[in-house]
Amino acid sequence: MDISVSATRAKVAEHAYRIRRNALLMGEVQGQGYIAQALDIADVLATAYFHAMRYRPEDPAWEERDRFLLSNGHYAIALYAALIEAGIVPQEELETYGSDDSRLPMSGMASYTPGMEMSGGSLGQGLTIAVGRALGLKRKGSKSFVYTLFSDGELDEGAVWEGLMSAAHHKLDNMIAIVDVNNQQADGPSSQVMAFEPLTEKMQAFGWFTQRVNGNDLDAVIAAFDAARNHPEPKPRMIIADTLMGCGVPFLEAREKNHFIRVEANEWQLALEALEAGRNK
Amino acid sequence: MIASIAGEGQRTQAAPFGHALVKLAAERPEIVGMTADLAKYTDLHIFAQAYPDRFYQMGMAEQLLMGAAAGFAHEGAMPFVTTYAVFATRRAYDFMHQTIAEDDLNVKIACALPGLTTGYGPSHQAAEDLALMRAMPGMMVIDPCDALDIEQMVPAVAEHKGPVYMRLLRGQVPLVLDEYDYKFELGKAKLVRDGRDVLVISSGIMTMRALEVAKALAADSVDVGVLHVPTIKPLDVSTILREAGRSGRLVVVAENHTTIGGLGEAVATALLSAGVTPQFRQIALPDAFLDAGALPTLHDRYGISTETMSARIKGWLG
Repeated sequence: MDISVSATRAKVAEHAYRIRRNALLMGEVQGQGYIAQALDIADVLATAYFHAMRYRPEDPAWEERDRFLLSNGHYAIALYAALIEAGIVPQEELETYGSDDSRLPMSGMASYTPGMEMSGGSLGQGLTIAVGRALGLKRKGSKSFVYTLFSDGELDEGAVWEGLMSAAHHKLDNMIAIVDVNNQQADGPSSQVMAFEPLTEKMQAFGWFTQRVNGNDLDAVIAAFDAARNHPEPKPRMIIADTLMGCGVPFLEAREKNHFIRVEANEWQLALEALEAGRNK
Repeated sequence: MIASIAGEGQRTQAAPFGHALVKLAAERPEIVGMTADLAKYTDLHIFAQAYPDRFYQMGMAEQLLMGAAAGFAHEGAMPFVTTYAVFATRRAYDFMHQTIAEDDLNVKIACALPGLTTGYGPSHQAAEDLALMRAMPGMMVIDPCDALDIEQMVPAVAEHKGPVYMRLLRGQVPLVLDEYDYKFELGKAKLVRDGRDVLVISSGIMTMRALEVAKALAADSVDVGVLHVPTIKPLDVSTILREAGRSGRLVVVAENHTTIGGLGEAVATALLSAGVTPQFRQIALPDAFLDAGALPTLHDRYGISTETMSARIKGWLG
Protein backbone atom coordinates (compact mmCIF):
# COMPACT_ATOMS: atom_id res chain seq x y z
CA MET A 1 0.00 0.00 0.00
CA ASP A 2 1.46 3.37 -0.93
CA ILE A 3 1.85 6.11 1.64
CA SER A 4 -1.02 8.33 0.51
CA VAL A 5 -3.52 5.44 0.53
CA SER A 6 -2.28 4.40 3.92
CA ALA A 7 -2.59 7.96 5.24
CA THR A 8 -6.12 8.22 3.88
CA ARG A 9 -7.06 4.98 5.53
CA ALA A 10 -5.60 6.07 8.87
CA LYS A 11 -7.46 9.37 8.73
CA VAL A 12 -10.80 7.78 7.85
CA ALA A 13 -10.30 5.06 10.46
CA GLU A 14 -9.81 7.64 13.17
CA HIS A 15 -13.01 9.43 12.13
CA ALA A 16 -14.87 6.11 12.03
CA TYR A 17 -13.72 5.45 15.59
CA ARG A 18 -14.94 8.86 16.70
CA ILE A 19 -18.31 8.44 14.90
CA ARG A 20 -18.81 5.16 16.79
CA ARG A 21 -17.83 6.87 20.02
CA ASN A 22 -20.24 9.77 19.41
CA ALA A 23 -23.05 7.30 18.72
CA LEU A 24 -22.38 5.39 21.94
CA LEU A 25 -22.33 8.62 23.93
CA MET A 26 -25.69 9.63 22.43
CA GLY A 27 -27.10 6.18 23.11
CA GLU A 28 -26.07 6.56 26.73
CA VAL A 29 -27.92 9.90 26.96
CA GLN A 30 -31.23 8.22 26.20
CA GLY A 31 -30.32 4.75 27.43
CA GLN A 32 -31.23 3.44 23.99
CA GLY A 33 -30.86 3.96 20.28
CA TYR A 34 -30.16 2.07 17.08
CA ILE A 35 -26.62 1.51 18.29
CA ALA A 36 -25.90 -1.72 16.46
CA GLN A 37 -26.74 -0.02 13.14
CA ALA A 38 -24.70 3.07 14.00
CA LEU A 39 -21.69 0.88 14.71
CA ASP A 40 -22.14 -1.13 11.52
CA ILE A 41 -22.44 1.89 9.22
CA ALA A 42 -19.72 4.06 10.80
CA ASP A 43 -17.07 3.06 8.25
CA VAL A 44 -19.35 4.02 5.35
CA LEU A 45 -20.23 7.35 6.98
CA ALA A 46 -16.59 8.10 7.77
CA THR A 47 -15.66 7.42 4.15
CA ALA A 48 -18.51 9.59 2.89
CA TYR A 49 -17.80 12.57 5.14
CA PHE A 50 -13.99 12.36 5.37
CA HIS A 51 -12.98 11.07 1.98
CA ALA A 52 -15.65 11.35 -0.70
CA MET A 53 -18.01 14.25 -0.14
CA ARG A 54 -17.69 17.98 -0.69
CA TYR A 55 -19.29 20.17 1.96
CA ARG A 56 -18.64 23.18 4.16
CA PRO A 57 -19.25 22.52 7.86
CA GLU A 58 -20.01 26.18 8.51
CA ASP A 59 -22.51 26.33 5.62
CA PRO A 60 -24.57 23.10 5.48
CA ALA A 61 -26.71 24.50 2.65
CA TRP A 62 -23.70 25.41 0.46
CA GLU A 63 -24.97 25.05 -3.10
CA GLU A 64 -21.89 23.16 -4.36
CA ARG A 65 -22.09 20.49 -1.64
CA ASP A 66 -22.70 16.84 -2.29
CA ARG A 67 -26.09 15.83 -0.88
CA PHE A 68 -26.37 12.96 1.61
CA LEU A 69 -29.87 11.56 2.00
CA LEU A 70 -30.58 9.30 4.96
CA SER A 71 -33.55 7.23 3.82
CA ASN A 72 -33.57 5.03 6.91
CA GLY A 73 -34.45 7.75 9.40
CA HIS A 74 -33.94 5.47 12.40
CA TYR A 75 -30.20 5.56 11.59
CA ALA A 76 -30.29 9.22 12.62
CA ILE A 77 -28.06 8.54 15.62
CA ALA A 78 -25.36 7.35 13.21
CA LEU A 79 -25.67 10.37 10.94
CA TYR A 80 -25.70 12.79 13.90
CA ALA A 81 -22.51 11.13 15.07
CA ALA A 82 -20.98 11.86 11.65
CA LEU A 83 -22.40 15.41 11.46
CA ILE A 84 -20.90 16.16 14.88
CA GLU A 85 -17.58 14.69 13.84
CA ALA A 86 -17.71 16.75 10.62
CA GLY A 87 -18.34 19.94 12.58
CA ILE A 88 -21.75 20.52 10.99
CA VAL A 89 -23.49 19.99 14.34
CA PRO A 90 -21.67 21.35 17.43
CA GLN A 91 -20.15 18.72 19.72
CA GLU A 92 -22.04 20.02 22.75
CA GLU A 93 -25.41 19.19 21.16
CA LEU A 94 -24.54 15.52 21.45
CA GLU A 95 -25.90 15.60 24.99
CA THR A 96 -29.30 16.78 23.78
CA TYR A 97 -29.92 13.67 21.64
CA GLY A 98 -33.60 12.69 21.73
CA SER A 99 -34.48 15.35 24.33
CA ASP A 100 -37.30 17.88 24.13
CA ASP A 101 -36.47 20.80 21.81
CA SER A 102 -33.27 19.14 20.64
CA ARG A 103 -32.15 19.51 17.04
CA LEU A 104 -31.32 15.79 17.18
CA PRO A 105 -34.64 13.92 17.36
CA MET A 106 -34.73 10.11 17.53
CA SER A 107 -35.73 9.82 13.86
CA GLY A 108 -34.02 11.99 11.25
CA MET A 109 -35.94 15.07 10.13
CA ALA A 110 -34.72 17.65 7.65
CA SER A 111 -36.33 20.63 9.36
CA TYR A 112 -34.60 19.88 12.67
CA THR A 113 -30.98 19.18 11.91
CA PRO A 114 -28.34 21.06 9.92
CA GLY A 115 -26.98 18.73 7.27
CA MET A 116 -30.02 16.45 7.31
CA GLU A 117 -31.31 16.57 3.73
CA MET A 118 -34.58 14.65 4.09
CA SER A 119 -37.04 13.40 6.68
CA GLY A 120 -36.78 9.64 6.82
CA GLY A 121 -38.68 7.32 9.08
CA SER A 122 -41.35 6.30 6.64
CA LEU A 123 -39.13 3.82 4.88
CA GLY A 124 -38.38 3.45 1.21
CA GLN A 125 -38.68 7.11 0.23
CA GLY A 126 -35.05 8.19 -0.01
CA LEU A 127 -34.32 6.95 -3.50
CA THR A 128 -37.39 8.67 -4.94
CA ILE A 129 -36.31 12.00 -3.48
CA ALA A 130 -32.77 11.36 -4.65
CA VAL A 131 -34.02 10.90 -8.22
CA GLY A 132 -35.67 14.33 -8.13
CA ARG A 133 -32.60 15.91 -6.57
CA ALA A 134 -30.33 14.34 -9.17
CA LEU A 135 -32.60 15.57 -11.97
CA GLY A 136 -32.69 19.02 -10.38
CA LEU A 137 -28.90 19.16 -10.03
CA LYS A 138 -28.42 18.14 -13.65
CA ARG A 139 -30.88 20.81 -14.74
CA LYS A 140 -28.77 23.38 -12.88
CA GLY A 141 -25.56 22.06 -14.45
CA SER A 142 -24.26 21.13 -11.00
CA LYS A 143 -21.41 18.67 -10.52
CA SER A 144 -22.64 17.61 -7.08
CA PHE A 145 -23.41 14.00 -6.26
CA VAL A 146 -26.52 12.76 -4.47
CA TYR A 147 -25.65 10.04 -1.97
CA THR A 148 -28.49 7.98 -0.54
CA LEU A 149 -28.13 5.52 2.30
CA PHE A 150 -30.86 2.95 2.73
CA SER A 151 -31.15 -0.41 4.44
CA ASP A 152 -31.73 -3.93 3.21
CA GLY A 153 -35.10 -3.88 4.99
CA GLU A 154 -36.19 -0.99 2.82
CA LEU A 155 -35.92 -3.28 -0.19
CA ASP A 156 -39.34 -4.59 0.92
CA GLU A 157 -40.84 -1.25 -0.13
CA GLY A 158 -42.00 -1.00 -3.73
CA ALA A 159 -41.02 2.64 -4.04
CA VAL A 160 -37.36 1.64 -3.74
CA TRP A 161 -37.70 -0.28 -6.98
CA GLU A 162 -39.52 2.63 -8.62
CA GLY A 163 -36.52 4.76 -7.69
CA LEU A 164 -34.00 2.20 -8.89
CA MET A 165 -35.70 1.82 -12.24
CA SER A 166 -36.13 5.54 -12.87
CA ALA A 167 -32.55 6.44 -11.89
CA ALA A 168 -31.26 4.19 -14.63
CA HIS A 169 -33.91 5.35 -17.10
CA HIS A 170 -32.91 8.97 -16.58
CA LYS A 171 -29.17 8.05 -16.66
CA LEU A 172 -28.52 9.65 -13.31
CA ASP A 173 -24.76 9.25 -13.09
CA ASN A 174 -24.75 11.80 -10.27
CA MET A 175 -26.49 9.32 -7.93
CA ILE A 176 -24.55 7.08 -5.56
CA ALA A 177 -26.71 4.78 -3.47
CA ILE A 178 -25.46 2.68 -0.57
CA VAL A 179 -27.45 -0.28 0.75
CA ASP A 180 -26.57 -1.29 4.28
CA VAL A 181 -26.93 -5.06 4.28
CA ASN A 182 -26.79 -6.07 7.93
CA ASN A 183 -29.56 -8.59 7.42
CA GLN A 184 -31.59 -7.36 10.38
CA GLN A 185 -34.98 -5.71 10.40
CA ALA A 186 -37.80 -5.32 12.90
CA ASP A 187 -39.26 -8.82 12.66
CA GLY A 188 -35.97 -10.68 12.20
CA PRO A 189 -33.32 -11.35 9.57
CA SER A 190 -34.12 -9.36 6.44
CA SER A 191 -33.54 -12.38 4.24
CA GLN A 192 -36.29 -14.21 6.14
CA VAL A 193 -38.72 -11.30 6.35
CA MET A 194 -38.45 -10.87 2.57
CA ALA A 195 -35.77 -12.60 0.53
CA PHE A 196 -33.77 -10.03 -1.40
CA GLU A 197 -30.82 -11.91 -2.90
CA PRO A 198 -29.16 -12.04 -5.34
CA LEU A 199 -28.82 -8.32 -4.79
CA THR A 200 -25.82 -7.58 -6.98
CA GLU A 201 -27.45 -9.20 -9.98
CA LYS A 202 -30.71 -7.38 -9.34
CA MET A 203 -29.03 -3.99 -9.14
CA GLN A 204 -27.01 -4.70 -12.27
CA ALA A 205 -30.13 -5.83 -14.07
CA PHE A 206 -31.79 -2.57 -13.06
CA GLY A 207 -29.01 -0.71 -14.87
CA TRP A 208 -26.81 0.37 -11.98
CA PHE A 209 -23.00 0.21 -11.85
CA THR A 210 -22.83 -2.08 -8.84
CA GLN A 211 -20.10 -2.97 -6.36
CA ARG A 212 -20.48 -5.25 -3.35
CA VAL A 213 -18.02 -4.83 -0.51
CA ASN A 214 -17.46 -5.66 3.11
CA GLY A 215 -18.82 -2.44 4.58
CA ASN A 216 -16.52 -2.70 7.57
CA ASP A 217 -13.35 -3.11 5.49
CA LEU A 218 -12.22 0.49 5.15
CA ASP A 219 -9.88 -0.12 2.23
CA ALA A 220 -12.69 -1.76 0.32
CA VAL A 221 -15.21 0.95 1.20
CA ILE A 222 -12.84 3.77 0.22
CA ALA A 223 -12.05 2.03 -3.07
CA ALA A 224 -15.76 1.53 -3.75
CA PHE A 225 -16.56 5.19 -3.20
CA ASP A 226 -13.68 6.16 -5.50
CA ALA A 227 -14.85 3.77 -8.20
CA ALA A 228 -18.44 4.96 -7.86
CA ARG A 229 -17.47 8.59 -8.32
CA ASN A 230 -15.12 7.92 -11.22
CA HIS A 231 -17.16 5.36 -13.14
CA PRO A 232 -17.22 6.48 -16.79
CA GLU A 233 -20.63 5.15 -17.89
CA PRO A 234 -23.80 7.27 -17.71
CA LYS A 235 -25.35 5.07 -15.03
CA PRO A 236 -26.35 5.49 -11.41
CA ARG A 237 -23.90 3.91 -8.96
CA MET A 238 -24.65 1.37 -6.27
CA ILE A 239 -22.51 0.23 -3.34
CA ILE A 240 -23.86 -2.80 -1.55
CA ALA A 241 -22.19 -2.79 1.85
CA ASP A 242 -22.34 -5.98 3.87
CA THR A 243 -21.96 -4.87 7.46
CA LEU A 244 -21.73 -6.35 10.92
CA MET A 245 -24.25 -5.16 13.52
CA GLY A 246 -22.40 -3.71 16.50
CA CYS A 247 -19.09 -3.58 14.61
CA GLY A 248 -16.24 -2.31 16.78
CA VAL A 249 -17.66 -3.45 20.11
CA PRO A 250 -17.08 -7.22 20.31
CA PHE A 251 -19.65 -7.98 23.00
CA LEU A 252 -22.33 -6.17 20.98
CA GLU A 253 -21.26 -7.90 17.76
CA ALA A 254 -21.79 -11.20 19.57
CA ARG A 255 -25.14 -10.26 21.07
CA GLU A 256 -28.10 -12.15 19.70
CA LYS A 257 -28.97 -10.11 16.67
CA ASN A 258 -32.02 -7.96 17.02
CA HIS A 259 -33.12 -4.87 15.17
CA PHE A 260 -33.06 -2.90 18.40
CA ILE A 261 -30.50 -4.39 20.77
CA ARG A 262 -30.67 -4.11 24.51
CA VAL A 263 -27.78 -2.27 26.12
CA GLU A 264 -27.82 -2.33 29.91
CA ALA A 265 -27.07 0.88 31.82
CA ASN A 266 -23.67 -0.38 32.97
CA GLU A 267 -22.70 -1.49 29.48
CA TRP A 268 -22.31 1.92 27.83
CA GLN A 269 -19.00 2.49 29.58
CA LEU A 270 -17.93 -1.07 28.79
CA ALA A 271 -18.80 -0.50 25.16
CA LEU A 272 -16.74 2.70 25.03
CA GLU A 273 -13.82 0.85 26.58
CA ALA A 274 -14.14 -2.05 24.16
CA LEU A 275 -14.29 0.39 21.25
CA GLU A 276 -11.18 2.18 22.53
CA ALA A 277 -9.35 -1.13 22.96
CA GLY A 278 -9.89 -1.97 19.31
CA ARG A 279 -9.10 1.53 18.09
CA ASN A 280 -5.78 0.92 16.37
CA LYS A 281 -6.31 -2.63 15.21
CA MET B 1 -60.89 12.40 -27.89
CA ILE B 2 -61.11 11.77 -24.18
CA ALA B 3 -64.46 11.85 -22.42
CA SER B 4 -65.57 15.30 -21.33
CA ILE B 5 -67.76 16.49 -18.49
CA ALA B 6 -69.18 19.21 -20.74
CA GLY B 7 -72.85 19.01 -21.53
CA GLU B 8 -74.14 18.91 -25.08
CA GLY B 9 -73.81 22.29 -26.76
CA GLN B 10 -71.99 23.75 -23.76
CA ARG B 11 -69.23 26.25 -24.51
CA THR B 12 -65.82 24.75 -23.80
CA GLN B 13 -62.15 25.54 -23.97
CA ALA B 14 -59.52 22.95 -24.80
CA ALA B 15 -56.88 22.00 -22.22
CA PRO B 16 -56.92 25.22 -20.18
CA PHE B 17 -54.42 23.84 -17.66
CA GLY B 18 -51.86 22.89 -20.29
CA HIS B 19 -52.09 26.22 -22.07
CA ALA B 20 -51.99 28.24 -18.87
CA LEU B 21 -48.91 26.34 -17.73
CA VAL B 22 -47.13 26.91 -21.04
CA LYS B 23 -47.87 30.62 -20.82
CA LEU B 24 -46.63 30.84 -17.24
CA ALA B 25 -43.53 28.74 -17.91
CA ALA B 26 -42.28 31.38 -20.34
CA GLU B 27 -41.87 33.75 -17.40
CA ARG B 28 -40.94 31.17 -14.75
CA PRO B 29 -37.90 29.12 -15.77
CA GLU B 30 -38.05 27.15 -12.51
CA ILE B 31 -41.26 25.42 -13.60
CA VAL B 32 -40.92 21.80 -14.64
CA GLY B 33 -43.70 19.37 -15.55
CA MET B 34 -43.75 15.83 -14.22
CA THR B 35 -46.27 13.05 -14.69
CA ALA B 36 -46.87 9.37 -14.00
CA ASP B 37 -47.76 8.13 -17.49
CA LEU B 38 -50.74 10.46 -17.80
CA ALA B 39 -49.44 13.51 -19.68
CA LYS B 40 -51.99 13.12 -22.46
CA TYR B 41 -54.81 12.64 -19.98
CA THR B 42 -53.98 15.58 -17.74
CA ASP B 43 -53.32 18.12 -20.51
CA LEU B 44 -49.64 18.18 -19.54
CA HIS B 45 -48.77 17.06 -23.08
CA ILE B 46 -49.33 20.67 -24.15
CA PHE B 47 -46.49 21.66 -21.81
CA ALA B 48 -44.38 18.67 -22.90
CA GLN B 49 -44.66 19.76 -26.53
CA ALA B 50 -43.76 23.36 -25.76
CA TYR B 51 -40.96 22.54 -23.30
CA PRO B 52 -39.67 19.03 -23.97
CA ASP B 53 -36.51 19.64 -21.94
CA ARG B 54 -38.55 20.71 -18.91
CA PHE B 55 -40.90 17.73 -19.01
CA TYR B 56 -40.11 14.61 -16.95
CA GLN B 57 -41.84 11.29 -17.49
CA MET B 58 -41.70 9.27 -14.26
CA GLY B 59 -43.63 6.25 -15.45
CA MET B 60 -46.67 4.72 -13.84
CA ALA B 61 -45.22 5.20 -10.35
CA GLU B 62 -47.02 7.77 -8.22
CA GLN B 63 -44.86 7.35 -5.12
CA LEU B 64 -41.79 8.03 -7.24
CA LEU B 65 -43.58 10.96 -8.88
CA MET B 66 -44.19 12.67 -5.53
CA GLY B 67 -40.80 11.81 -4.05
CA ALA B 68 -38.97 13.00 -7.14
CA ALA B 69 -41.04 16.19 -7.22
CA ALA B 70 -39.93 16.80 -3.63
CA GLY B 71 -36.30 16.27 -4.57
CA PHE B 72 -36.64 18.58 -7.56
CA ALA B 73 -38.21 21.26 -5.36
CA HIS B 74 -35.35 20.91 -2.86
CA GLU B 75 -33.09 21.90 -5.75
CA GLY B 76 -35.05 25.06 -6.46
CA ALA B 77 -37.47 23.92 -9.16
CA MET B 78 -41.23 24.39 -9.06
CA PRO B 79 -42.65 21.06 -10.22
CA PHE B 80 -46.20 20.89 -11.54
CA VAL B 81 -47.02 17.20 -11.23
CA THR B 82 -50.04 15.50 -12.72
CA THR B 83 -51.84 12.22 -12.40
CA TYR B 84 -55.37 11.15 -11.57
CA ALA B 85 -56.76 12.23 -8.22
CA VAL B 86 -57.28 8.65 -7.03
CA PHE B 87 -53.68 7.67 -7.68
CA ALA B 88 -52.19 10.76 -6.06
CA THR B 89 -54.34 10.75 -2.96
CA ARG B 90 -54.71 7.03 -2.38
CA ARG B 91 -51.43 5.54 -3.63
CA ALA B 92 -49.00 8.30 -2.81
CA TYR B 93 -50.50 9.92 0.29
CA ASP B 94 -47.51 9.19 2.51
CA PHE B 95 -45.12 10.58 -0.10
CA MET B 96 -47.06 13.83 -0.39
CA HIS B 97 -47.28 13.98 3.41
CA GLN B 98 -43.65 13.18 4.25
CA THR B 99 -41.60 14.27 1.29
CA ILE B 100 -43.60 17.33 0.14
CA ALA B 101 -45.87 18.77 2.85
CA GLU B 102 -43.66 18.22 5.90
CA ASP B 103 -40.82 20.11 4.24
CA ASP B 104 -43.22 22.77 2.91
CA LEU B 105 -41.94 22.31 -0.63
CA ASN B 106 -43.07 24.26 -3.64
CA VAL B 107 -44.79 21.40 -5.47
CA LYS B 108 -48.08 21.91 -7.31
CA ILE B 109 -50.10 18.72 -7.65
CA ALA B 110 -52.77 18.86 -10.36
CA CYS B 111 -55.11 15.89 -10.39
CA ALA B 112 -57.59 14.91 -13.05
CA LEU B 113 -60.86 13.00 -12.62
CA PRO B 114 -61.87 14.60 -9.31
CA GLY B 115 -65.01 13.42 -7.54
CA LEU B 116 -67.46 11.79 -9.91
CA THR B 117 -66.15 12.85 -13.32
CA THR B 118 -65.68 9.42 -14.82
CA GLY B 119 -67.92 6.40 -15.10
CA TYR B 120 -65.03 3.97 -14.67
CA GLY B 121 -66.10 2.98 -11.18
CA PRO B 122 -64.37 3.34 -7.81
CA SER B 123 -60.89 2.59 -9.18
CA HIS B 124 -61.00 5.95 -10.96
CA GLN B 125 -63.57 7.94 -8.95
CA ALA B 126 -61.92 10.24 -6.42
CA ALA B 127 -64.90 10.75 -4.14
CA GLU B 128 -62.79 11.37 -1.03
CA ASP B 129 -59.76 13.27 -2.34
CA LEU B 130 -60.70 16.57 -0.71
CA ALA B 131 -61.14 14.93 2.70
CA LEU B 132 -57.73 13.32 2.45
CA MET B 133 -55.95 16.42 1.22
CA ARG B 134 -57.67 18.77 3.68
CA ALA B 135 -56.37 16.55 6.47
CA MET B 136 -52.78 16.98 5.36
CA PRO B 137 -51.04 19.77 7.31
CA GLY B 138 -49.66 22.58 5.18
CA MET B 139 -51.46 21.58 2.00
CA MET B 140 -53.52 24.15 0.12
CA VAL B 141 -56.54 22.56 -1.57
CA ILE B 142 -58.29 23.97 -4.65
CA ASP B 143 -61.37 22.82 -6.57
CA PRO B 144 -61.86 25.00 -9.67
CA CYS B 145 -65.13 25.25 -11.57
CA ASP B 146 -64.32 25.76 -15.23
CA ALA B 147 -61.76 26.74 -17.85
CA LEU B 148 -61.62 30.34 -16.69
CA ASP B 149 -61.01 29.29 -13.11
CA ILE B 150 -58.20 26.94 -14.14
CA GLU B 151 -56.57 29.50 -16.41
CA GLN B 152 -56.43 32.02 -13.55
CA MET B 153 -55.61 29.43 -10.89
CA VAL B 154 -52.33 28.31 -12.49
CA PRO B 155 -50.40 31.60 -12.11
CA ALA B 156 -51.98 32.16 -8.70
CA VAL B 157 -50.75 28.86 -7.25
CA ALA B 158 -47.30 29.56 -8.67
CA GLU B 159 -47.24 32.83 -6.72
CA HIS B 160 -48.10 30.94 -3.52
CA LYS B 161 -45.02 29.50 -1.82
CA GLY B 162 -45.74 25.97 -0.65
CA PRO B 163 -47.52 22.79 -1.65
CA VAL B 164 -50.87 22.91 -3.44
CA TYR B 165 -53.31 20.17 -4.35
CA MET B 166 -55.60 21.22 -7.16
CA ARG B 167 -58.36 19.35 -8.85
CA LEU B 168 -58.08 19.40 -12.58
CA LEU B 169 -60.68 19.39 -15.34
CA ARG B 170 -59.04 18.30 -18.55
CA GLY B 171 -59.80 18.01 -22.24
CA GLN B 172 -62.79 20.06 -23.42
CA VAL B 173 -63.51 22.00 -20.23
CA PRO B 174 -66.76 23.94 -19.80
CA LEU B 175 -66.54 27.72 -19.78
CA VAL B 176 -69.23 29.38 -17.67
CA LEU B 177 -67.75 31.91 -15.27
CA ASP B 178 -66.89 34.38 -18.04
CA GLU B 179 -70.59 35.31 -18.09
CA TYR B 180 -70.28 36.61 -14.56
CA ASP B 181 -68.17 39.31 -13.01
CA TYR B 182 -65.70 36.77 -11.67
CA LYS B 183 -61.98 36.55 -11.07
CA PHE B 184 -60.18 33.70 -9.32
CA GLU B 185 -58.37 34.81 -6.19
CA LEU B 186 -56.40 32.32 -4.13
CA GLY B 187 -58.07 31.76 -0.76
CA LYS B 188 -61.18 33.78 -1.62
CA ALA B 189 -64.80 32.74 -1.94
CA LYS B 190 -66.74 34.74 -4.54
CA LEU B 191 -70.43 35.54 -4.65
CA VAL B 192 -71.01 34.79 -8.31
CA ARG B 193 -74.73 35.47 -8.17
CA ASP B 194 -76.91 36.90 -5.43
CA GLY B 195 -80.34 35.51 -4.48
CA ARG B 196 -82.99 36.04 -1.79
CA ASP B 197 -84.26 32.54 -1.08
CA VAL B 198 -81.38 30.10 -1.27
CA LEU B 199 -77.61 30.38 -0.95
CA VAL B 200 -75.71 27.56 -2.61
CA ILE B 201 -72.15 27.36 -1.33
CA SER B 202 -70.24 25.26 -3.84
CA SER B 203 -66.91 24.33 -5.30
CA GLY B 204 -65.69 22.76 -8.53
CA ILE B 205 -68.17 21.71 -11.16
CA MET B 206 -70.98 22.05 -8.61
CA THR B 207 -70.74 25.83 -8.97
CA MET B 208 -71.54 25.34 -12.64
CA ARG B 209 -74.49 23.16 -11.63
CA ALA B 210 -75.62 25.69 -9.03
CA LEU B 211 -75.66 28.45 -11.65
CA GLU B 212 -77.77 26.22 -13.91
CA VAL B 213 -80.10 25.49 -10.98
CA ALA B 214 -80.40 29.21 -10.31
CA LYS B 215 -81.48 29.81 -13.91
CA ALA B 216 -83.93 26.89 -13.79
CA LEU B 217 -85.52 27.89 -10.47
CA ALA B 218 -85.82 31.53 -11.50
CA ALA B 219 -88.69 30.35 -13.71
CA ASP B 220 -90.44 29.21 -10.51
CA SER B 221 -89.66 32.54 -8.83
CA VAL B 222 -87.11 30.96 -6.55
CA ASP B 223 -84.11 33.26 -6.22
CA VAL B 224 -80.87 31.31 -5.79
CA GLY B 225 -77.54 32.89 -4.86
CA VAL B 226 -74.26 31.10 -5.56
CA LEU B 227 -71.12 31.47 -3.47
CA HIS B 228 -68.23 29.81 -5.28
CA VAL B 229 -65.48 28.49 -2.98
CA PRO B 230 -62.62 27.33 -5.19
CA THR B 231 -60.13 27.31 -2.32
CA ILE B 232 -61.26 24.61 0.09
CA LYS B 233 -58.26 25.04 2.36
CA PRO B 234 -57.62 27.54 3.75
CA LEU B 235 -61.34 28.30 3.79
CA ASP B 236 -62.55 31.87 3.33
CA VAL B 237 -64.52 31.74 6.58
CA SER B 238 -65.33 35.45 6.78
CA THR B 239 -67.05 35.55 3.39
CA ILE B 240 -68.93 32.33 4.13
CA LEU B 241 -70.11 33.66 7.51
CA ARG B 242 -71.14 36.96 5.96
CA GLU B 243 -73.22 35.35 3.22
CA ALA B 244 -74.63 32.46 5.25
CA GLY B 245 -75.43 34.84 8.12
CA ARG B 246 -77.84 36.86 6.02
CA SER B 247 -81.16 35.82 7.53
CA GLY B 248 -83.89 33.79 5.95
CA ARG B 249 -81.95 31.94 3.26
CA LEU B 250 -81.69 28.20 3.02
CA VAL B 251 -78.00 27.33 2.89
CA VAL B 252 -77.10 24.40 0.62
CA VAL B 253 -73.52 23.23 0.34
CA ALA B 254 -72.97 21.44 -2.97
CA GLU B 255 -69.82 19.51 -3.77
CA ASN B 256 -68.62 16.84 -6.13
CA HIS B 257 -67.28 14.76 -3.23
CA THR B 258 -68.50 12.47 -0.49
CA THR B 259 -70.48 14.03 2.35
CA ILE B 260 -67.57 13.17 4.62
CA GLY B 261 -64.69 15.58 5.10
CA GLY B 262 -65.21 17.92 2.17
CA LEU B 263 -66.60 21.43 1.72
CA GLY B 264 -69.90 20.61 3.46
CA GLU B 265 -68.29 19.60 6.72
CA ALA B 266 -65.80 22.46 6.50
CA VAL B 267 -68.60 25.01 6.07
CA ALA B 268 -70.74 23.40 8.80
CA THR B 269 -67.85 23.59 11.26
CA ALA B 270 -67.18 27.22 10.36
CA LEU B 271 -70.85 28.17 10.79
CA LEU B 272 -71.42 26.34 14.07
CA SER B 273 -68.15 27.59 15.52
CA ALA B 274 -69.31 31.16 14.85
CA GLY B 275 -72.84 30.55 16.12
CA VAL B 276 -74.36 31.05 12.69
CA THR B 277 -77.16 28.51 12.26
CA PRO B 278 -79.12 28.84 9.04
CA GLN B 279 -81.23 26.04 7.65
CA PHE B 280 -78.48 23.79 6.28
CA ARG B 281 -78.52 21.06 3.64
CA GLN B 282 -75.81 19.09 1.86
CA ILE B 283 -75.70 17.99 -1.75
CA ALA B 284 -72.82 15.57 -2.11
CA LEU B 285 -71.94 12.03 -3.08
CA PRO B 286 -72.94 9.24 -0.70
CA ASP B 287 -70.49 7.43 1.56
CA ALA B 288 -70.39 4.47 -0.80
CA PHE B 289 -68.43 2.90 -3.62
CA LEU B 290 -70.08 4.53 -6.60
CA ASP B 291 -71.42 2.73 -9.63
CA ALA B 292 -69.77 2.52 -13.01
CA GLY B 293 -71.76 3.77 -15.97
CA ALA B 294 -72.48 6.79 -18.11
CA LEU B 295 -71.65 10.04 -16.39
CA PRO B 296 -75.02 11.80 -16.92
CA THR B 297 -76.81 8.74 -15.51
CA LEU B 298 -74.52 8.69 -12.50
CA HIS B 299 -74.91 12.42 -11.86
CA ASP B 300 -78.68 11.88 -11.84
CA ARG B 301 -78.41 8.80 -9.65
CA TYR B 302 -76.30 10.55 -7.04
CA GLY B 303 -78.14 13.86 -7.10
CA ILE B 304 -75.51 16.17 -8.57
CA SER B 305 -77.15 16.83 -11.96
CA THR B 306 -78.93 20.14 -12.50
CA GLU B 307 -82.35 18.47 -12.58
CA THR B 308 -81.98 16.41 -9.41
CA MET B 309 -80.41 19.32 -7.59
CA SER B 310 -83.22 21.67 -8.61
CA ALA B 311 -85.84 19.20 -7.47
CA ARG B 312 -84.22 18.64 -4.09
CA ILE B 313 -83.85 22.34 -3.38
CA LYS B 314 -87.48 22.97 -4.32
CA GLY B 315 -88.46 20.13 -2.02
CA TRP B 316 -86.52 21.61 0.88
CA LEU B 317 -88.22 24.98 0.35
CA GLY B 318 -91.57 23.19 0.72
